[in-house]
Amino acid sequence: MRFPEVGTVLEQVLIEDLTRTQIVQYAGASGDFNPLHTDATYATQVAGFPGVFAHGMLTMGMTGRLLTDAFGAEAVHHFGGRFLAQVWPGDTLTARAEIVSVADAVATLDVTTTNQDGVEVFRGRGVVAVS
Amino acid sequence: MPSFPVEALHVRTFARALGDANPAFDHVAPPTFTMAAAQADPDFPLRPAIGEKWYGSGRTATGYGPEDVDPAAGVLYAEQHFDFARPVRIGDELTPTQRPGRTWEKDGRRGGRLAFFELVTEFRDAAGHLVVTGTLVGVRTSKQPGVQE
Repeated sequence: MRFPEVGTVLEQVLIEDLTRTQIVQYAGASGDFNPLHTDATYATQVAGFPGVFAHGMLTMGMTGRLLTDAFGAEAVHHFGGRFLAQVWPGDTLTARAEIVSVADAVATLDVTTTNQDGVEVFRGRGVVAVS
Repeated sequence: MPSFPVEALHVRTFARALGDANPAFDHVAPPTFTMAAAQADPDFPLRPAIGEKWYGSGRTATGYGPEDVDPAAGVLYAEQHFDFARPVRIGDELTPTQRPGRTWEKDGRRGGRLAFFELVTEFRDAAGHLVVTGTLVGVRTSKQPGVQE
């Protein structure tokens, strides 16, 4: 981003129609094999959910792309946030970030990820280097 | 804890799982990649341990009996934060050290108390420099007697 200004809004679709296979990919890559995410028999019969759901960190990891695509893969100083609602197979997720301050070559953004129903699934903050 | 090598194919596998084909991840890791340090933890509880019971399903819906404790029971993952001194690069050998962080409490929406706790993991490189700090926020619920779910 050449001229980051307070109030600039970035938006990006992170995933359309999230697959159970992508959740499996994330489990395998991250090493988090919690059966809530990987095992429909456990998730339904033991934990009482309608099925498996995504790792919160899969949503957060995907959300990070909004920052690295816009500012560069080496620009992130801080990225953090809260998991607000579960993400299910079939979900379409959109991330939105608004620059709330720019100072000393650093921009701070409020970041939010919503699903296809407009439900906020992740809310957080990014701090990135800007030129 | 043993060190966590930042390896090219692992980073690429992780990036694929995020649906991110950014070629920059041939050189640096995506911001949340240090979650995968779990792979280097010999005792990570959310991975089946060879030769031991696993609480996921096999012949039965859970391999655990009534006397076994689900490692994730009663704790929800509330937040995750990363603070970077520099980007994590392929070729880094990171050594994690963990310590408890802050704790605090709030009233739950459905009664009872929510007990929040931080787990802070600092990753240092081979030169001993702090590269990234990951802060996990978990929450344990405790319900007041008589309050219905």
